[in-house]
Amino acid sequence: MSSAPENNGRRRFLTLATAVVGGAGTVGVAVPFIKSWNPSEKAKAAGAPVEYDVSKMSPGQLVRVKWRGKPVYVVRRTDEVLEQLKSGHNDQLKDPDSIEDQQPEYAVNSHRSPNPEFLVALGVCTHLGCAPTYRAGDFNEIVEGVANGFFCPCHGSKFDMAGRVFNNVPAPLNLVVPPHSYLDNGVLLIGVDKGDA
Amino acid sequence: MLTNIVNWIDKRIPMTETFNKHVGQYPAPVNFNFWYFFGSLAMLVLVNQILTGIWLTMNYTPSGAEAFASVEYIMRDVEYGWLLRYMHSTGASAFFVVVYLHMLRGMMYGSYQKPRELLWLFGMFIYLVLMAEGFMGYLLPWGNMSFWGAQVIISLFGAIPVIGDDLTLWIRGDYVISGATLNRFFALHVIALPLVLVILVFLHIVALHEVGSNNPEGIEIKKPKGSVAPEELSKFTYHKQYSEKYDIVDAVPFHPYYSVKDIMGVVGFLFFFCAVIFFAPEGGGYFLEKPNFEPANPLKTPEHIAPVWYFGPFYTILRVIPDKLMGAGLMFGAIVMLFLLPWFDRGTVKSVRYRSTAHKVNLIQFCICFVVLGILGTKAASPLNNFLGMVTSVGYFGFFIALWFYSKNEKTKPLPERISH
Amino acid sequence: MKKLIIALVALLPTLAMAAGGGAPTMKAPIDLTDKESLQNGAKLFMNYCFGCHDTRYQRYNRVARDIGITDEQMIDNLIFTGVKVGNLMYNSVDDEQGAKWFGQTPPDLTMITRVRGTDFVYTYLKSFYADPERPFGVNNSLFKDVGMPHVLQSLQGVPTAEFTTDADGNRVLVKDEHGLAIITTDGSGEMSDDEFDIAVRDITNFLTYASEPSKLERQNTGKWVLGFLAIFFILSYLLKKEYWRDVH
Repeated sequence: MSSAPENNGRRRFLTLATAVVGGAGTVGVAVPFIKSWNPSEKAKAAGAPVEYDVSKMSPGQLVRVKWRGKPVYVVRRTDEVLEQLKSGHNDQLKDPDSIEDQQPEYAVNSHRSPNPEFLVALGVCTHLGCAPTYRAGDFNEIVEGVANGFFCPCHGSKFDMAGRVFNNVPAPLNLVVPPHSYLDNGVLLIGVDKGDA
Repeated sequence: MLTNIVNWIDKRIPMTETFNKHVGQYPAPVNFNFWYFFGSLAMLVLVNQILTGIWLTMNYTPSGAEAFASVEYIMRDVEYGWLLRYMHSTGASAFFVVVYLHMLRGMMYGSYQKPRELLWLFGMFIYLVLMAEGFMGYLLPWGNMSFWGAQVIISLFGAIPVIGDDLTLWIRGDYVISGATLNRFFALHVIALPLVLVILVFLHIVALHEVGSNNPEGIEIKKPKGSVAPEELSKFTYHKQYSEKYDIVDAVPFHPYYSVKDIMGVVGFLFFFCAVIFFAPEGGGYFLEKPNFEPANPLKTPEHIAPVWYFGPFYTILRVIPDKLMGAGLMFGAIVMLFLLPWFDRGTVKSVRYRSTAHKVNLIQFCICFVVLGILGTKAASPLNNFLGMVTSVGYFGFFIALWFYSKNEKTKPLPERISH
Repeated sequence: MKKLIIALVALLPTLAMAAGGGAPTMKAPIDLTDKESLQNGAKLFMNYCFGCHDTRYQRYNRVARDIGITDEQMIDNLIFTGVKVGNLMYNSVDDEQGAKWFGQTPPDLTMITRVRGTDFVYTYLKSFYADPERPFGVNNSLFKDVGMPHVLQSLQGVPTAEFTTDADGNRVLVKDEHGLAIITTDGSGEMSDDEFDIAVRDITNFLTYASEPSKLERQNTGKWVLGFLAIFFILSYLLKKEYWRDVH
């Protein structure tokens, strides 16, 4: 047996180098374990963009389309509704100009959509996730002077025909507008931005 | 800061104390050779199996209708699922490679002899549970070889007189191997047996640290207190549990000397392990068998049913005996012999290095027989193969019986007092 | 059940003989990196095989991505069942109906090259020959009395095998020095012999891809992993050496 180590610098360097390389290896091993938690091809296929032909909808009609397991409300708005949205009741809204990031950029406007005629929004209340009910024509009973809107039966949150939330209700944010676009033939495609398809 | 945390913990549980006793100040013989890597490698593979196994259950569906497709789902649809699956399937074979070499090490250097009999027994129980794990895990992919391999092995229990048929029915939970069998095997494979395995590994290590590690010379490093001159004592500090009772010679503390050496062993092993995972995950048809790439089909037997390679030796013993009950009995007997090895060997010299030529020859013939039995187990039966199987089976059992006879008055070489290194 | 097992075990040697290391096959000259070949293979497979055989463990969009075509090309040219591009590749024949037509359900082919081997599939597709005694008018020299018609006959033409008579007076196939049947075509197919070989190679290539779509990624990752471990091993060896200087 020889005496105690003479070259402590070498020992420290090798220990450190091995530790660093070993640490890098451990991180590398963790990669497949972590990545395997991403949505699988099956989940992605199930969450693929959904098509809906909006041309057959009548004015004022609402349809629910399922996308990634959630209900998406599609409403064909009338001209009166669109006129009202322009500024008719902005003073009663929390976020009339869609400052909060609840929609794609192309939906930052008074009607919160790329195509003014159609509202496309998740039918999921931003308060606790209930499904707001569509009140066509009798929304006056809830908000004076506004004929159409959404009312959440769970805790009384109110949204206008662009999914914008009213003041003095529990819901903090406007309804989420999912990415959507229209194919050349006018078919609505939910889940994909224009140009991504 | 760090010291404070350590102190805080040490006042509540004996963390530093335990670390010193079992790692930092544990006396390990200085002369461990290549064969001593396989213990730590077995631990590594166990961890690999547990981790990849947990991850596989996240996407695997244990049902007759969906199991096969869910494995392909893992292989194709889950990100890096193919890697996790190959790590697990290759790990199963690697486990047996490592454990067989680990057992051979014990046989060569007499690590099963007094006072290490219980250590050996725990090891044998680990081996037994491992075989059960391998067998049950092999059913889970629900491929055609999974199905027929399980069919053949379960029907072995039918050889038991009187209760045999009822027993096989009870094990399957159905008249054929079915979803019911798959589900119970799944539960045992992923929960019950791993739990038992981890407990046994813990006991194996507790037993090891109580009696101390053997070494290639088979000479103890713990000498009676006061029998060694002070300048001859090992220059390192050991935990008082060891140093107060014994004079310790020819030893090093496990950490850092064997921890850095084991890291080297682990990386070297991983090189070969990963070479298989990434370049030959089917292991030439031995790790993943070809018929297992088609789903279980009760109406279509694979052309040649072979158990996975690690059951080969025992399967051959079963097959060459013309009587079903005798065959099954001898197959289990072959494992029982291994359990009883500490009592078959009546010698006191541990290492093969100091034992008689007869013992060396006997051990070598045993290894050859074991390997040949293993190869035969994966081959189709033929008159020549049956003859070879018969001869090597005799060699297998003969090892233990001959050992019992010659070890009583064996002509051994004189043992040195100390390990030379 | 016990009797069945015993019977099966007794049958094993015979069965193993039949498998007997496998009949001679030709080496399939495939190349998984050849996207053009994979695309052609996919096209041929979808047109000639997929009518009866599923590849139900793979998805159209994954195949499209891996063989280098867009989802639109996949939908327009290769999806005949009108399903979504993210779907698994089931054909429109249900299993029971298939069993009625062919005596047994045409097997799923996703992993066929892992079950039978790539060379087997390649040789099999080139081993059909006219045999009026068989229900479909063809037999296969590699897979005797197979219950499948020669779906590629319009491409290959009518294949004929050479026969001879053995010592017992039975009609047997003539085998060449590699143990393969000698099969010639009558030239009535759309393809020349060379073109047909390429078509079969491409189908085999596609099926080999399908059996393990992550194979190229696996091998590529493997090179980096082994390289990393080699470096790590040198470091850990030096570290071990350094510490053990205390002892030796």
